[in-house]
Amino acid sequence: MNRGQPLATSIRDSLPGPDDISRDVLPNGIVVLSRANFNSPSVVVSGYVTAGSLFDPEPKLGLAFFTALGLLRGTGQRDFQQIYNQLESVGASLSFNTGAHTAGFSGRCLRVDLPLLMGILCDVLRQPAFPENQVERLRAQLLTGLAIRAQNTADMASLTFDEMIFANHPYSLPEDGWPDTVRATTRDDLADFHRKAYGPRGMVISLVGAVDPRQAVKLVMDLFGNWSNPAQEEVPELPPLQPLKKTATRRVTIPGKAQADLVVGVSGLSRRDPDYIPASLGNSILGQFGMMGRIGDVVREKSGLAYYAYSTLNAGIGPGSWEISAGVNPANVDKAIKLIRTEITRFVERGVTDEELADSQANFIGRLPLSLESNAGVAGALLNMERFELGLDYYRRYPDFIHAVTPDAVLETARKYLQAKKLAIAIAGP
Amino acid sequence: MIRTTLPNGLLVLLKEIHTAPLISSWVWYRVGSRDEAPGLSGISHWVEHMQFKGTPRFPAEVLDKAIARVGGVWNAFTYLDWTTYFETMPADKIDLALQLEADRMVNSIFDPQEVFSERTVIISEREGSENQPLFLLGEAIQKTAFRAHPYQHEVIGNLADLQSISREDLYNHYRSYYVPNNAVLAVAGDFETAVMFEAISAAFAPIQAGEMPPRIDIEEPPPVGEQSLTVEGPGETCYIQIAYRAPTAAETDFDHLTAVDSLLAGPSNLNMFSAGLSNKTSRLYQALVEKELAVAIHGSLGTTIDPYLYTFTITVHPSRKPEEVLAAFDDEVSRLHETTASPAEIERAIKQAQALFAYGSENITNQAFWLGHAEMFASYTWFENYLARLSELTPAGLRTTAQTYLQPQNRVVGVYQPTGEGS
Repeated sequence: MNRGQPLATSIRDSLPGPDDISRDVLPNGIVVLSRANFNSPSVVVSGYVTAGSLFDPEPKLGLAFFTALGLLRGTGQRDFQQIYNQLESVGASLSFNTGAHTAGFSGRCLRVDLPLLMGILCDVLRQPAFPENQVERLRAQLLTGLAIRAQNTADMASLTFDEMIFANHPYSLPEDGWPDTVRATTRDDLADFHRKAYGPRGMVISLVGAVDPRQAVKLVMDLFGNWSNPAQEEVPELPPLQPLKKTATRRVTIPGKAQADLVVGVSGLSRRDPDYIPASLGNSILGQFGMMGRIGDVVREKSGLAYYAYSTLNAGIGPGSWEISAGVNPANVDKAIKLIRTEITRFVERGVTDEELADSQANFIGRLPLSLESNAGVAGALLNMERFELGLDYYRRYPDFIHAVTPDAVLETARKYLQAKKLAIAIAGP
Repeated sequence: MIRTTLPNGLLVLLKEIHTAPLISSWVWYRVGSRDEAPGLSGISHWVEHMQFKGTPRFPAEVLDKAIARVGGVWNAFTYLDWTTYFETMPADKIDLALQLEADRMVNSIFDPQEVFSERTVIISEREGSENQPLFLLGEAIQKTAFRAHPYQHEVIGNLADLQSISREDLYNHYRSYYVPNNAVLAVAGDFETAVMFEAISAAFAPIQAGEMPPRIDIEEPPPVGEQSLTVEGPGETCYIQIAYRAPTAAETDFDHLTAVDSLLAGPSNLNMFSAGLSNKTSRLYQALVEKELAVAIHGSLGTTIDPYLYTFTITVHPSRKPEEVLAAFDDEVSRLHETTASPAEIERAIKQAQALFAYGSENITNQAFWLGHAEMFASYTWFENYLARLSELTPAGLRTTAQTYLQPQNRVVGVYQPTGEGS
């Protein structure tokens, strides 16, 4: 049996590890991660603060997202024009996004412009002004985004699926809110949200590229070392999740569309769960490996029903999801769902072969150099190690974790999570 | 960097980059949707799909698994002027990519059963695009902008043609265009040039040169005046596209227009595999989005062999009418006609392009992409000299170019008018 070739020592050593990642904790709690790459003339700065949508009150759903996007609209030091003039004039970028637990930032610049980028990041995180006129402009953009979302069959199928698998849980709520809740949110709501959710506790920042790690830490220390926010609230606890008791189907009608999107699946596991790696390998076999695994083979290659059909294992801080997505002609929805359900049943009944597992194991290990090629890839890896407490030696030990998984372990996790009789099926289309 | 031609006519470009243990290999064919006769629209893209269905030596599942097993990625793209296939692999596994590309240059099977099932896959791909308002608008604009040139149809093809193209049509298209003398192989990454060249020769030199395929050569007559169209569809969001007939990528005017685009709509992203820069200080963002006439604006200038389109896409503010937006857009274009841009604005565009080049250099797949892509409409020197050419541009040159190309009689204005259904 071919278990895949061992990773060449030289490649293993080129992966981020404790000897080339620097990790420092500032007195106010900020974690600074850094890894130098002087082959590159640029630096990526990314990270997060614990200001995610779990804080959103339901009538103002989307508040965390609105606030994060509002940060760049002006500060006590710089107005909107100045922020973007400084960034764009040097070809730098900076943007924000949110998840349930955190608000994330991501920026990039040439080496010489790092102090400028960091200065702006500090300014917008610590003293955003949320100017009234900019908040209104942003609101119109957000509302347009929601109008576009309402017309997007893939977005609406996914949103409906989350409502089903995460019923009565905050993960069921869309981070970008609803038109009514975005309209109900005021400029002062953004300022209040910033006061209570933004602060150094739980903040992680990673700098990767043409910067010496000592310099990186000093830069963060100089800018953020004296940041404190006694009013910073703890992230709300997650309530327990009640999984579906039987298979349920929900349809969203979007008239005039040529194609329907569907999502079939279950709630899943957290990234920190020991089952994550076997589940992830199982997912690869089910709907990722090569041209989208078994699902792609059955739905696309053999039946010609869809241009895309694949499975995804989403895993974060809390419960995740294990879902299969496809875009099909409206006349073929039932046929595609039937094929997908048959594959799920086969997967949980018969498991995977030695050969299939060996293929996916080899893929997981072989693709590491490509996924860690760029500064952004490494920065993402550093943040994952921190967020999910994987340890700084995670990528060096990763091949061992992958090789340790057996077909039985894959079958066991599949049976535990992919309950073929308790599926959520969401369809959005004409 | 070396650029050489094998005896069978295959153009080979190699660039060593030793920053990561990866190699990216791209095979480019000089065939795209511009090479499609009436009734066969979409055939180049469909042939691209069939190239993943296997050869006697590498049956489909074998190919696919072999790449994935070593952690490689592969994909293909079809555009107006070209079709390309790439693999990015761990450096010690690149030979597999060379072997399979050489093999499928001549030996793809085009099994009738596979043609049958792929027809509905491609129709499904088209239906997915039809769900997007901007696809519907873009397709209508292309059709209106070109009366004679085959740039008038979308790469994916018309539905009627996708329903009628036969296995024989596909195979003939493949055999006509997939010959080494109509192809470019570009490889970048962690290798020694001499060793790589030897491996390439071993894989590709045995392939016989074919007859040089003819390219459809239809000159599009000059535009006859401004054209306007409206597409209606579901939703609540109104979009405008303004598409000007553009110069070819090899012309000097193209460089000027690149800088004009940078001023008007923000720097073009040259990197195939990463995000570009924001455009919030561009003139049109300031005039349209900051004035609350629009919620988004971007510009797109394609690198093509024949004159194609320089297109602006505007997402209209929910409380505004498209006519108001178009009037403000035209004011900004007039400003560019009437007032010379400052040298500082051009310097800024250059600095932005430099930064984008630096970011793109991190990605070996992107580097190999440019090595071959530039050959499709000019040569690799086009890419190498890009920044140098930008630095030679003058404010007066920009103004003249804007006056030449950004004229109402040179454009199609399309509006996606939402019917509000489903909102």
